[in-house]
Amino acid sequence: MRLPTWLAQHLAALRALLVFTVLLGLAYPLAMVAVGRIPGLDGKADGSLVSVAGRNVGSSLIGQSFTDGDGNPVPRYFQSRPSAAGYDPTATAASNLGPESVVDTIASTPDDSKQSLLTQVCARSRAIGEFDGVDGRRPYCTTDGVGAVLAVFRTDGLTGRITRVVSVNQVAPATPFLGSYQGVPVELAQPGHDYVAEGGVVTPIRGDAPAEPAVPADAVTASASGLDPHISPAYAEIQVARVARERDADPAAVRRLVSAHTTGRALGFMGEPAVNVLELNLALDREFPTR
Amino acid sequence: MTMTTAGIVFLLSLVAALVAVHKPFGDYLYRVVSGTRQSRVERVVYRLVGVNPAAEQTWAVYARSVLAFSAVSILFLYGFQRLQNHLWLSLGFDPVVPHGAWNTAVSFVTNTNWQWYSGESTMGHLVQMAGLAVQNFVSASVGIAVAVALVRGFARSRAGELGNFWVDLTRITLRILLPIAVFGALALMIGGVVQNLSGGTDVTTLTGGSQTITGGPVASQEVIKQLGTNGGGYYNTNSAHPFENPTTWTNWLEIFLILVIPFSLPRVFGRMVGQHRQGYAIAAVMAILALASVTLTNVFELAGHGTVPQAVAAAMEGKDVRFGVSDSATFAAATTLTSTGAVNSFHDSYTALGGMMPMINMMLGEVAPGGVGSGLYGLLILAVVTVFVAGLMVGRTPEYLGKKIGSREIKLASLYFLITPALVLIGTAAAFATGNNSTALNVGPHGLSEVLYAFTSASNNNGSAFAGITVNTPWWNTALGLCMLLGRFLPIIFVLALAGSLARQKPAPASEGTLPTHRPLFVGMVVGVTVILVALTFLPALALGPLAEGL
Repeated sequence: MRLPTWLAQHLAALRALLVFTVLLGLAYPLAMVAVGRIPGLDGKADGSLVSVAGRNVGSSLIGQSFTDGDGNPVPRYFQSRPSAAGYDPTATAASNLGPESVVDTIASTPDDSKQSLLTQVCARSRAIGEFDGVDGRRPYCTTDGVGAVLAVFRTDGLTGRITRVVSVNQVAPATPFLGSYQGVPVELAQPGHDYVAEGGVVTPIRGDAPAEPAVPADAVTASASGLDPHISPAYAEIQVARVARERDADPAAVRRLVSAHTTGRALGFMGEPAVNVLELNLALDREFPTR
Repeated sequence: MTMTTAGIVFLLSLVAALVAVHKPFGDYLYRVVSGTRQSRVERVVYRLVGVNPAAEQTWAVYARSVLAFSAVSILFLYGFQRLQNHLWLSLGFDPVVPHGAWNTAVSFVTNTNWQWYSGESTMGHLVQMAGLAVQNFVSASVGIAVAVALVRGFARSRAGELGNFWVDLTRITLRILLPIAVFGALALMIGGVVQNLSGGTDVTTLTGGSQTITGGPVASQEVIKQLGTNGGGYYNTNSAHPFENPTTWTNWLEIFLILVIPFSLPRVFGRMVGQHRQGYAIAAVMAILALASVTLTNVFELAGHGTVPQAVAAAMEGKDVRFGVSDSATFAAATTLTSTGAVNSFHDSYTALGGMMPMINMMLGEVAPGGVGSGLYGLLILAVVTVFVAGLMVGRTPEYLGKKIGSREIKLASLYFLITPALVLIGTAAAFATGNNSTALNVGPHGLSEVLYAFTSASNNNGSAFAGITVNTPWWNTALGLCMLLGRFLPIIFVLALAGSLARQKPAPASEGTLPTHRPLFVGMVVGVTVILVALTFLPALALGPLAEGL
């Protein structure tokens, strides 16, 4: 019996797919799994697990939080970057918030409220500044750690006399970060209002914070992977004094450990220098154990 | 070395590597697609598939073979996902929801690899390696095969046939993709990419928290995902995930793998039509557009304009420390200049103009250098359009490589060009008309950018995203699935039809009136036509999204 052409063609297609599935979908990956059993390679193929006293404590490639049960940073450890995934490898994510995400949603119920990326950055910077004893101020941030953003209302929308100015990310009992804007007194925001929809023009205020803040960029931003195992050498540097104090160690000795766990650019030009936080903290526990 | 200098050297080293490799590798590709000697494995494959490797196909039969193979693949992948809970290594995951399974099946068969799901919480190891990763290979081979068929159309004279799809598919897969994948996977494993079948290792962290270290056959999939310009991540955060891209040098290698086949195909084109210089002209167009785009992306990201990047003092949101700003921007450009769509940083958090560049790269039709195969055939279509436009301007008969560009040819080329803009703009409009844009995470112009990016990415078979938008809804999965399907196979049909009609012609000898298509003038004209066509089509949409936000 001769099959119609279209049927024969689809049968050939099905046979081809099955052949390739066996070859490329089973034989090839399983052969590579077998290659991954080669001594020396097996540790990496299994996820670069690191252990202390025979117990796995993580992977040297996967970042983790060094916080206590309540989510507060543990001062004797170097801290990782913020993570949109909470360092959970089963739910990796980035924040995906855009460069002009500057207006918080402040609802009457806290659960429906949402911080803008700017306020997240400002809040982190302020918290790290206090924690590590450095200047936590940043451009476009208020001193109480939210985005310094005004909604400016004018008589004709975009033009005309200013009728009203609201600091959109600050609610009572805060004090407006600016007393007045072009002569008009600045009000605090009321929960439940959308000042942009009501016609206010979003106006971020730069302020007088230094352009290169003391708290480095990676310390206040969430990573791409949500699992970034690294911090910049600059972020490690501002943490040295605190960690040394907590461990009764010489800051110079802690600094030496930091550089020992810093990888430079591969071949001198690939990527950026980075400090592996988990490996650094493990080394600290070995060299300067706390009681 | 400053960050900027390191970024420049990084880029130059990639250029140098591609320049060094494209000739020998292109020559090897040429031998693969034009050779006739069969290996023992190939003979076994042909026997199992039941095809006669010596029989050639007309364009219509070739196209039907492509479509049959893809249709069967979509059905197979759909069923695979729906039944995964009954299969080995499912990690206890439920069957994938129907609209999601449809979207993913189309996504991987069309070389798009758009992902509405998180790999680590949706797909078992078996679906990933024996379902999705298989399509990473064969969808790439389909693209290269179609490009080769088009080039045969230019190269052949008074011929009815364009080659045999099954032979092309088999040879490209077994002689090009698989060997490189084996060595590439090994290199990635040395860098730290995982390759196991573990369901995850539970650990207690230093401060007493718990963490599950995930497993999977990742290295074997990561390499072909880049080499085949696919882009579907094993995990949600794709090539930013340290288990997919652990070091700064694996990052370099992955970008190189993305670009190596697309930049070597013009060499194959030159050899097949018997004039290397024609291949160089095409490569030059690709290189000019690509370098301009990579440079601009880097400039915008390093400048870090915008409120949040200024507050942070660097565009570091959504970027990992080891890659930094520059190498992330270079990856973003490479992945969208091709049809890859893998990401090592999150484009949604880029500066407004920095995030516009990946979108423009895709809107260019992904021709610089484009996806494997699809980049070459896309650019050849643009070259045909250019010849036609130039002919109109100076009153010369339009011809390319001795083949007349008559009314049938230019109709096919125009239809090819019109499909993706139509899908992008109609899709974006439909999302707003039906209120489905409300799933965007960001508001204002950035919300429009998220929707526009989604349709641009799907229709051009890229697969990257402004990932803030939630697309796991029946409407989004269905709409984007349709865009991917039509954005892949309608152009392929037109390309093959064009190839068929070119192959039938007898090449006319070059005359006084022939426009030389290997000179810088022609290169400049193709660049100009490409940029102008895209600008005319997409400027209004861009003005409402990234331009409104960034200027």
